Order: sequence, then structure tokens, then C-alpha cells
Amino acid sequence: MTAWLARLVAGRLIRLAWLLPLAAVGLFALISLAPIDPVQAYVGGRTSQIGPEQRDAIASAWGLDRPASERFASWLGDLAGGDLGQSITFNAPVLQVIAARLPASMALVGLAFALSFLLGTLLGLVAGATRGRWPDRVIRTLAVVLAASPGFWVAILLVAVFAVTLGWLPACCAAPPGQLASEVTPADRWRHMVLPVATLSVVGIAPLVLHTRQSLIAFLDSPAARHLSAHGATPLRLAFGPGLRHAAGVALTLHLAGAGELFGGSVLAEAVFAWPGLGQATVRAATGADAPLLMGIGLATLLFVFAGNLLADIAARLADPRLRRIA
Amino acid sequence: MSAVTEPIGAQPARLRTPYKRAARRGTLALALLAAILLGAQLLPGDALAIDATARALPPQPDHLMGTDLLGRDIAARTLAALAQSVQIGLLAAGASTGVAVILGLGATFGRLADHAVGVLTELALGLPHFVLLIMIAFAMGGGTTGVIVAVALTHWPRLARVLRHEAQTIAASDYVAISRALGRSRLWVARHHLAPHLVAQIVAGFIVIFPHAILHEAGLSFIGLGIEPHLPSIGVMLSESLREIMAGHWWVAAAPGLGLMLVALAFERFGEALRQVSDPAGHIT
Repeated sequence: MTAWLARLVAGRLIRLAWLLPLAAVGLFALISLAPIDPVQAYVGGRTSQIGPEQRDAIASAWGLDRPASERFASWLGDLAGGDLGQSITFNAPVLQVIAARLPASMALVGLAFALSFLLGTLLGLVAGATRGRWPDRVIRTLAVVLAASPGFWVAILLVAVFAVTLGWLPACCAAPPGQLASEVTPADRWRHMVLPVATLSVVGIAPLVLHTRQSLIAFLDSPAARHLSAHGATPLRLAFGPGLRHAAGVALTLHLAGAGELFGGSVLAEAVFAWPGLGQATVRAATGADAPLLMGIGLATLLFVFAGNLLADIAARLADPRLRRIA
Repeated sequence: MSAVTEPIGAQPARLRTPYKRAARRGTLALALLAAILLGAQLLPGDALAIDATARALPPQPDHLMGTDLLGRDIAARTLAALAQSVQIGLLAAGASTGVAVILGLGATFGRLADHAVGVLTELALGLPHFVLLIMIAFAMGGGTTGVIVAVALTHWPRLARVLRHEAQTIAASDYVAISRALGRSRLWVARHHLAPHLVAQIVAGFIVIFPHAILHEAGLSFIGLGIEPHLPSIGVMLSESLREIMAGHWWVAAAPGLGLMLVALAFERFGEALRQVSDPAGHIT
């Protein structure tokens, strides 16, 4: 059990060891290409109050007057020491901004991850068990339509229905506006999470539903399932008994490998709901020419995707021992 | 999206061959595309104009999809925005297909090239799709060019992998070996054995990339990194609708999203059907 795990983790860590520096160089090169002047983005509408001398002072304070290679060397040196630089839009160390905003995003992404896994597997099993009949058609149509819908549009529709028309749920933010963090009750927090989590849970669900359906159908056509149904087991009972065991491993692997996309989706969801997470910070960094923060977020999400893929590989091997022998 | 295959004989009454299904869905998707492009051309000159006497109207016979706070007709604006999105999407998907062809076929030129493309793939898939899109759009300074470059540089890995695999399989096949032994040149083999297979894959790949391209373009425009706000685009319309939705003007968001969804849906279904044609075994990705 442990031998394959150690080998897998070691292999992936070696890959990360060359991927991370390459990605750092790539990100730095990409962001240095940007034609946006960070000083201008920072000054913004206050052009009249800030003279050329002050601009030069800001530029040299951020190290913008030095050549790119020198800036990259110093950024890399700082990075090795755990310092990602200073965020321009938030006026705080990048690491601090990420650490402060990560929990809010992880709450969204984590809940949506669990919820969409349950929902996707359930719908996939029902669709597979009722293949060709109306529940299957309804579920498949729903999955395909959701896959073709822009996630942020789904979010806007949810706001229009549940927040504006029905008035059941708040439309924005992680807590009622104007309240101190200490005044916010847990119930308030949960209420504010419902719509963003619902959005994130449904928009990326299609692959999971269709794959689960597919692997259940493959199982139902197998001799083992035919044998069980000859003994009187109904397709639904097969689906939620041995079929679930058959499909769950693949579903979990797929879902973990797609966890990075959940974060991508949360960028847009956080934009709609003004959710104070890392996704919102990404948008503000990109529109505010905040290169250090953008690079920090790039590296953080790289690690996030890496962890998701590693867990997916581990899940695949736990579910199917045959995979443990190869690599 | 995964290809959903029905075992032959399961539903004989409704069974359609993959070819017929692809043709049907393709006709539908292309007709929709043509209708959008033509419709946007035929819009009367003042259809997008601001009308202070018709502000924030709900859907009604004069304004089928209502009007926004400035009195602009949502239906007309959606049509113009869709035409814009579709054109940018075609360009971006085309560029991405080009990248996939170059890298996918380039990978077959020796081990070193193969490794290099492998590293590039690893990097492109190392970040969440949308985060990488934001980075590239940011590097290009936003705008329409930024969107096209960002989409082109992020949507190629899957098609590149398919092309690489296909080219390697064909190059290693017996009939290519026999052709070479019979004295055919490499170019002849490439044109007569390789190209027919690859062109089909490339077209299918382009169709699969296209819906993703327009959805991601809308996402980038929505957060303000995409198409310039003065041009009609779905992302910008939806971003403007955020303010109006709170006043109960749901129709401002309804039509643009629905239009985009229908286009993406039509092409996604078309691409799926094409993939089943090129891979009848129901290859799941």
C-alpha cells in the first residue's frame, strides 16, 4: 500500500520541482509583457495631484526603474525566502493578501466540490439506471444545457430569482454589509453562501454526470450485473449498490482532477456575488495592473491544481489496485 | 463533454447513424451562425440607439426582450453582441486550432520536440483554465486582441494530443510502410495517407473549441478584461445587467445569456456528434 504511494508522490514532487520554476519564469515573462503602466493604474484619476517626480518615486519604490532581468532575479530571490512582494491594489504583502482571502474562496470551492460530487454522482446513477427513459433524458438535457451556459449568467439568474424576486437570500458579499466581523452570526454566513455555492456546484457538473452515467451503463451491461438482475435486482437497486461502488472511484478521480476548474469558476462567481475571496482579488489584480499579486495568485493556483491532480491519482489507485503496478 | 454512445440496437426506432446526426446538428449550428451574422447586418441603423422615452421597459411587442436603463433595445443589442462574439470566437478558435496543429504535429519530429510540447502542455494545464486566460489577457493589455490571443494559447492541448496520437499511429502503420517501400515520397504519403485523417480531426477539433472560445470570451469581457466596453458584447451586457438586476429588471440579463447559451449549445452538440463520427467506439475524454 505504501510503496506505490511513496513512488507516486515522489514522482509528482520531482515533476513539481521543474514545473514550478518554469511556471515562475513563464508567468514573470507573461506579466512583464503587459503594456499597462502600473504607476498609471495606481495613480488613476489623481493625475492632477501627482507630478512626474512622485511618479518616479513610486516607480523606484516598486523597483520598476530596473531592467526586467534584475527585477526577475530579485523577485526569485525573495520568492525563495517566502516573500512574494508587495500587492499594489491592496497595499499589503502578496502573501498576506492571499492568506487573508484564501479561506473565503476555499469555503466556496470546498462546499461546491462536495455538493457537486454528491449531486453529479446521484444524477449520473439515476440517468444510467433509467437509460433511454424520461429521467435519463431530463438529466442529460440539463447537464448539456448547463455545460453550455456561462457560469456567471447562471449566477445572475439565481440572484434575479432568489434574491430579487423572491427575496429569500442575500445577493452579495459574505456577510450583511456594514456589520463588524464579530457581529456576523453563523446563520448569516450560511445564508450568504447558498447562492455562490449553488452556482459553483451546478455549472461544472456535466462531465461528472455523463461519466457516472457511462460507467454505470458499462457496469449494467456486464455479466455480473446481468447475473444480479436475473436474480431480481432492479436497475435502480443495482445502481445504488454495486453500481455505485463501480462508478464512484472513477467519478472521484475525475472530480478531483477538475478541482482546479472549480477555482476558475469561482473567479466569475465571486465577481457576481462580490465575494471577498481570491477570485475577486484575481480580477482586481488584473484590472489594477497589480503584477506581484497576479503572479502570487498564479503560483498559488498552480499548487492548487497540482494538489488536485495528485489526489486524483491517489484516488484512482485506491479505487483500482491494478493501476498501482504501473508507474 | 463526453461522447454518449448508445449500443446499436438499443433504440432501433430512433436510431440515427452518427453521420446523419452530425449532419443534422451541423446544419442547425451553421444555420444559427448564419442567422446571427445576417441578422446583425440587417439591423436598422437606429436599433442600437439610446432612447430616453423607452427606458427600462419589460418585454413587450415593441421591444421583444425589453430595454435597458438607457432605453436600448435588448433584443437588437443581443443580436449585435452575438455577431461580435461569434466573429471573435471564430477567430480565436481558428487561432487555437492552428496552435494545436503546429504543436501536435511538431511533437512528432523527434523525441526532443515531443518533450518540449509535453512541457508546454503541462504548463498550459498547470493553472486553472480561467486563471491562465486572465493572465494572458492581462499580458496583452486586455481588449479584443487580448481575448483572441488568450483563447488561442489556452484551448489547444486536447486537440494537439489527438493530432499527435493520430499522426504517430498512421506513421507507424503498415500501409504507410508499404507506400514508402513502393517508393512513394514522404510528401506523397503525407498528402494521401496523413492529411485525409488529420483534416477530419482538425475540423472536429475546431468545432469543439468554438463554444468554449465564446464562453470564455464572454467571461473575460464580463470581468472587464475582454472586448472593449463600447462595443456590443455579451460579457459587457451581462456585466452591465448586474446593476439593473437589483431593480428587478431580469430581462436585461435574460436575452444575452440565453443567446450565448443557444449558440454554445448548438456547436457543442455538433462537435460531440462529429467526435462520434471520427471515433465510433465512443472515446471518453
